[in-house]
Amino acid sequence: MQQIVNGISLGSIYALIALGYTMVYGIIKLINFAHGDIYMIGAYIGYAAITFAHLGFFPAMVISMIACGLLGVITEKVAYKPLRNASRIAVLITAIGVSLLMEYVMMFFVSPDVRSYPAVLNNKVFHIGNVIVNTQQIYIIVTAIVLMVVLQFIVHKTKVGKAMRAVSIDKDAAELMGIKVDQTISYTFAIGSAMAGAAGVLVGLYYNSIDPLMGIMPGLKAFVAAVFGGIGIIPGAMLGGLSIGVIETMVSGYGSSLFKDAVVFAILILILILKPAGILGKNTREKV
Amino acid sequence: MLEIKDLNVHYGVIHALKNISLTVNDGEIVTLIGANGAGKTTTLRTISGLKKITSGEIILDGKQIGLLSAPQRVSLGLSQVPEGRRIFPEMSVLENLEMGAFLRKDKDEIRKDMQSVYERFPILGDRKKQLAGTLSGGEQQMLAMGRALMSRPKILLLDEPSMGLAPLLVREIFEIIKDINKSGTTVLLVEQNASMALSIAHRGYVIETGSIVLTGSGEELMKSNEVQKAYLGGE
Repeated sequence: MQQIVNGISLGSIYALIALGYTMVYGIIKLINFAHGDIYMIGAYIGYAAITFAHLGFFPAMVISMIACGLLGVITEKVAYKPLRNASRIAVLITAIGVSLLMEYVMMFFVSPDVRSYPAVLNNKVFHIGNVIVNTQQIYIIVTAIVLMVVLQFIVHKTKVGKAMRAVSIDKDAAELMGIKVDQTISYTFAIGSAMAGAAGVLVGLYYNSIDPLMGIMPGLKAFVAAVFGGIGIIPGAMLGGLSIGVIETMVSGYGSSLFKDAVVFAILILILILKPAGILGKNTREKV
Repeated sequence: MLEIKDLNVHYGVIHALKNISLTVNDGEIVTLIGANGAGKTTTLRTISGLKKITSGEIILDGKQIGLLSAPQRVSLGLSQVPEGRRIFPEMSVLENLEMGAFLRKDKDEIRKDMQSVYERFPILGDRKKQLAGTLSGGEQQMLAMGRALMSRPKILLLDEPSMGLAPLLVREIFEIIKDINKSGTTVLLVEQNASMALSIAHRGYVIETGSIVLTGSGEELMKSNEVQKAYLGGE
């Protein structure tokens, strides 16, 4: 039970990151490998907001989300948009390049050292039965749930969200409706990156430490989560994130923490063999 | 209404449309017929802005639109029902229709137009919450047409509305096209089903390997030897 609570809070963070992967994949069929680094930069922006501007948790997270949203849009415009008609492998390699660029530019500016995150939340511990829940976990879970509900609302009820779905289903048809495809792609990057920004601040609080390469592992695991749930499917990313989080903490809690990463990637291999479309994915049939 | 002058379009090195000129007058149904690969769909995609022109002019209501983006052309009153319908299968019928009205802000009028789409296609009204991908082929065609009408187009471009439909349904769809035209929308219709298209069209053009080879009224074309031989199976 304790491990489930820990797993859900970790999983919520993966889910937030996985959402960005899945949304971007849904709309331009790109695995945006720089996404984990946007999350890392989000953690640093939150760090700066708390340490230098003495802001609280909530404003720091909002600033980080806005900044990451902008960064996502700029990345797309500079790196991916010129390759819109290029082969997918060219864009994928560009994404890896952007990822490395972000990591090492950040290293240049903030030094490669690990920094400890300022504690903005007074950390109380609650005992519910024999399960221990701390304030940070509650903040993480509540924030993640709120953001996911907001996201679902945007995607299903707003004009921008419907345009995003239309573009991800059929770009030409969307254009014939009068939907501006490039603009819609920018919105998608903005929203997905903002989610990663929020996750960055949450993880800083949770683990207390950040460094310029911190985005690699959670980035990859969130990618596994997105594939696990069915890449391109938003509820799939949520489910995938939570599952991977719970599985990972279960493995380190009851097995050995040495194996937790191996297990996560073993799941990726298994899912690709058994159900490549993901848990919620359907093998799409087309009607002529 | 719509005028196309000396239009040239390329796919890479392939010269797909060669000096195409055609006119659609206010209130007309004009059809463009021709064999597979003659350039019918390319013509429509170029008019709606999905395909770039190499040279030539596209004029809508006296305005040059040849260099505008597809969404800008929609806002000027052009609406296309693409080949193969291209509805959004993972969205509901209602959402598909909302997408058709994407550029409009007049909510009350949108609601009215949605009602009139449901009157024209009652089956869509019955299924508005259903995912569009679950509709039958004929229903999807109706949805695609209803969706295109939601932008209140001055001119409706239809690409192969009969494709893949049973003969009875084809007849029904063509009746609806006639009806849409009577209620004031100009229609440019691309079809392989030449006899059906010519039977409802005021005028027609015949396209062959990227060039217009023949033009005339619907009746004239129906009677002409070339059309009889090539497209209507006559001797």
